[in-house]
Amino acid sequence: MNLKDKLLSSYIAFEDHLEDDSPLHDLRSEAIKTFEVNGFPTKKEEAWKYTSLKSLLKNDYSLFPKLDHAVEFKDVKKYFLHDIDTYKIVFVDGVYSSFLSETTHDKLDVCLMSSALSKSKYKPVIEAYFNKVAKEDSLTSLNTAFAKEGAYINIPKHQEVDKPIEIIYFSTGNEAALLLQPRNLIVVGENAHVQIIERHQCLSDNAVLTNAVTEVFTEKRAVVDYYKIQNDCRTASLIDNTFISQERESNCSVHTFSFGGNITRNNLNFYQKGEHCDSTLKGITILEDKQHVDHNTLVHHIAPNCESHQNYKGIFDDASTGVFNGKIIVSKEAQKTNAFQQNNNILISDKATINAKPQLEIFADDVKCSHGCTIGQFDEDALFYLRSRGIAKKEAQALLMYAFANTVLESVKIPELKARINKLIATKIGVNLGFDI
Amino acid sequence: MLNINNLHAKVEDKDILKGINLNINAGEVHAIMGPNGSGKSTLASVISGKDEFELTQGEIIFEGSDISELDPEERAHKGVFLSFQYPVEIPGVSVTNFIKTAINENRKAQGQKDMPASEMLKMIKEKADLLEIDRKFLSRSLNVGFSGGEKKRNEIFQMAMLEPKLAILDETDSGLDIDALKIVANGVNKLKSSDNAVILITHYQRLLDYIVPDFVHVLMDGKIVKSGTKELAYELEEKGYDWIKEELV
Repeated sequence: MNLKDKLLSSYIAFEDHLEDDSPLHDLRSEAIKTFEVNGFPTKKEEAWKYTSLKSLLKNDYSLFPKLDHAVEFKDVKKYFLHDIDTYKIVFVDGVYSSFLSETTHDKLDVCLMSSALSKSKYKPVIEAYFNKVAKEDSLTSLNTAFAKEGAYINIPKHQEVDKPIEIIYFSTGNEAALLLQPRNLIVVGENAHVQIIERHQCLSDNAVLTNAVTEVFTEKRAVVDYYKIQNDCRTASLIDNTFISQERESNCSVHTFSFGGNITRNNLNFYQKGEHCDSTLKGITILEDKQHVDHNTLVHHIAPNCESHQNYKGIFDDASTGVFNGKIIVSKEAQKTNAFQQNNNILISDKATINAKPQLEIFADDVKCSHGCTIGQFDEDALFYLRSRGIAKKEAQALLMYAFANTVLESVKIPELKARINKLIATKIGVNLGFDI
Repeated sequence: MLNINNLHAKVEDKDILKGINLNINAGEVHAIMGPNGSGKSTLASVISGKDEFELTQGEIIFEGSDISELDPEERAHKGVFLSFQYPVEIPGVSVTNFIKTAINENRKAQGQKDMPASEMLKMIKEKADLLEIDRKFLSRSLNVGFSGGEKKRNEIFQMAMLEPKLAILDETDSGLDIDALKIVANGVNKLKSSDNAVILITHYQRLLDYIVPDFVHVLMDGKIVKSGTKELAYELEEKGYDWIKEELV
């Protein structure tokens, strides 16, 4: 049975287990129909031209792992931002791990999607927000049909969350191949501030495919900083579908650090619905071997007087491939929009590939939009400068790559995370810098 | 220390150096002056090994062996240092981290272990004081957002740290106000010894008031057309280069 058929037949059993009065019943039925009609995207679709899921769909994935496999904190400590205190929502093979988590219902809800979907006190929020910004494409619909577990975060208005929230999905490899479909809902109230770190981490060499959907709602003047760490093992693939809805004067940034994994596809969508919004999309991609990362971004300027800033940098070695497909839509009403997009890439090997495609659709007449894309090797003057100081060519190149990638980190607001990523970049590239001074 | 014999160099198909002869001994300071486009900066780059230039004739003997085929880093390991006219900005790498990397790479090339951190810190402090460099400056990204004067001072700081045998200062005086010029010149003078040599490339005699040269050479159209002592620099300041052109005709 192929994966699509397996999913469709599993859905019937899955739906049977849910309570009949689930508010999502109709939504799920619609969603599975969308998936049934469209199936998994293929390279024939424009948006998937450079990313093929074919190799991933051959695996016989387990869809519902049953056990909460015990994972010791000491074994996974390094995946947490352990040098500072954080809230933690942790899942092991798709199941919530209360042991590894640190949540709260004190002034804010940092808890589980399963509770939010089943308990009546969350019903108004679910009705108001769940699946309200997510696109109805095939993969998002597949996630919606099976949506059961994930992070549910609701920050009341004027609340400045005291510490970052880490959302981590571990997979143990106890299943030969595992399909995970986490569903996150994050609602950030008026003038509230929150910082979130999301990570998917495989703990073995067994195949994992994650089809994640995250919806983020930033109300008026809310500030959200979202960091995605993608440094998974080579058998783990990720399709990340993130949808962000911004109300007026809100500020939202998403930084995506893609250093690992097999095939990674980031569908990152911003919708600016109120005036004076600010959106930041930044990414560093450093790949080797046959790794593949596809950044598919959309910034839709719907309201006037908003800004968006995109800056993606990539370094590609060996036969790795990268895709940057950045779309900016400026609606007719969105006058005085400032939209900027930058995508810079370095190809180290002759076999590495980057496909870059900016798409601007502008329907307003008083806007400032710019995009720039570079694919290059090294700046010869800079290389000579370093070599003239006695730094060998290979090290000089590494230092320049490090410098190239590092500029994206300037806007990271959690110092410990910044230091962590900085180190990761240095290790990845092979520069040995003293970070102590 | 340095013997350049009949050196010719071109970039793409343009001849820039057309037969340079220059002999420099340890302990000497040589100034190279000349109008724009005469080949001064090319000469500096060629000695340091920039591969944009193609050597078509001649040799560069440094301490007895020809270095003209060596990589820039190999020349640096032998003790050649170039202070850049336009130092390159490297975001995300601090001055300290950069100089630490450079020093340890040079040590590695000599078969030595990394410099112990405490020794490195002490040396950084000492050399920064010599050039009146603020501690905060050292943690900034290399040359990023530096003023012209800060960039040049940083070049001399690197020179002080690396302790080269031959230092080539390419228009180190440009972009410096008089106070900064004094600090930089004072730094260079303190680093001078009977074991090392300095080549000063400059447009103006002003720098030579503070770093006094033993010899002054005039470079025109890719050749050294006149050599003399520091008095030649005064003459050039006063009369410009035209009289030399006339002399040559």
